[in-house]
Amino acid sequence: MIAALDRGLRQVGHIVVDAIWKLGAATRFSWLVLARSSESVRRPQLTLNEIFFTGTLSLIIIIVSGLFVGLVLGLQGYETLKRYGSAEALGTLVALALVRELGPVVSALLFASRAGSAITAKIGIMKATEQLSAMEMMAVDPFARVLSPIFWGGVISMPLLAAIFSALGVFGGYLIGVVIIGVDSGAFWSQMQANVDLREDILNGIIKSAVFGVAVTLIALFEGYDAPPTAEGVSYAVTRTVVTSALAVLALDFVLTSFMFTGV
Amino acid sequence: MKRTTVDLWVGVFVTAGLVSLLTLALKVGNATSVSASDGYIVFGQFENIGGLKPRAPVKSAGVVVGRIVSIAFDDQRFTARVTMRIDKRYSFPKDTSASILTSGLLGEQYVGLEAGGDTTNLKEGDEVKLTQSAVVLEKLIGQFLYGKAADGGTKK
Repeated sequence: MIAALDRGLRQVGHIVVDAIWKLGAATRFSWLVLARSSESVRRPQLTLNEIFFTGTLSLIIIIVSGLFVGLVLGLQGYETLKRYGSAEALGTLVALALVRELGPVVSALLFASRAGSAITAKIGIMKATEQLSAMEMMAVDPFARVLSPIFWGGVISMPLLAAIFSALGVFGGYLIGVVIIGVDSGAFWSQMQANVDLREDILNGIIKSAVFGVAVTLIALFEGYDAPPTAEGVSYAVTRTVVTSALAVLALDFVLTSFMFTGV
Repeated sequence: MKRTTVDLWVGVFVTAGLVSLLTLALKVGNATSVSASDGYIVFGQFENIGGLKPRAPVKSAGVVVGRIVSIAFDDQRFTARVTMRIDKRYSFPKDTSASILTSGLLGEQYVGLEAGGDTTNLKEGDEVKLTQSAVVLEKLIGQFLYGKAADGGTKK
């Protein structure tokens, strides 16, 4: 009885200590990535390559999903709004839904699964094959040379991807609402412009996507760096990146939304 | 991949992102419409503002001429003190009246200005003297019931 209790308590303690240790390691790791980022500014080509890797290569999935989310929002929104005789509010509905929530959140989730997993796999394998240690042997700082540029590439790409997602979503809503269903084009745009605020909605959306960019990229980098140097370890790390960043994005979204849209 | 190819594609990506941001700001948002920062401030004391909110439009003849800046409670006169910023392009006579109206049946509330006949215009910091409160549904129903009861009493 007492032995079982003892074992149970030890297990709980082990889990808590492990979690706190990992949190501390992640914080120190993030601090190192930030502190060694002068190299990414001095050699912009490093950062540019990472923007290509995380941003440009994610364009296709962002464009296609943005367009389709907009098309679906247009169809569903029209069906519902029509019942209340306010189909002209479709523009407002589509734009607000995309700019405030769907644009930043969905593109961050896509970014986590498209770019975050690739970052983790890359860092994990670099570590497993001792490329990072080799760099240290040659007095090249892997944080400054590899990790920081990836971080900045992700942070720069994410808001741009979210903006592309939102803009194409609005275009998709326009295609369905105005071109196919036949909502009045003037009412569609003017109601949208009257109800979407530059600071309250668009700027807050950009802030959200930038925060998600920081979170997803840091999680991906840390999981890759922290991965056990085996094939299995890297594969687990990639899975953890996608799951953890998705949860982090959703949790952060709730926190940010409750600060930004207090319903004044 | 060659460096120039990477540069080209990064350029395409960043340009597309910036164009999207600009589209969102100009086409979707209201960056081009009346900016509330350019204009003069006038005040209005209302008995009851109903559901009026800061940033609600101030309209005259249906045209947006300004925005509500803030709403506060005046504990000297026990009324609501509404601060409005009117676009500097428009000037209104001193005896303009302000009333709180609702756009449509379920729409948002706004302040409607109706110009008077005075020859001097409202200036920065002036107060709109003639105000009309928002319609409170409970009061209307109350009056209606009271009227009904009074009618019933006389008929008996």
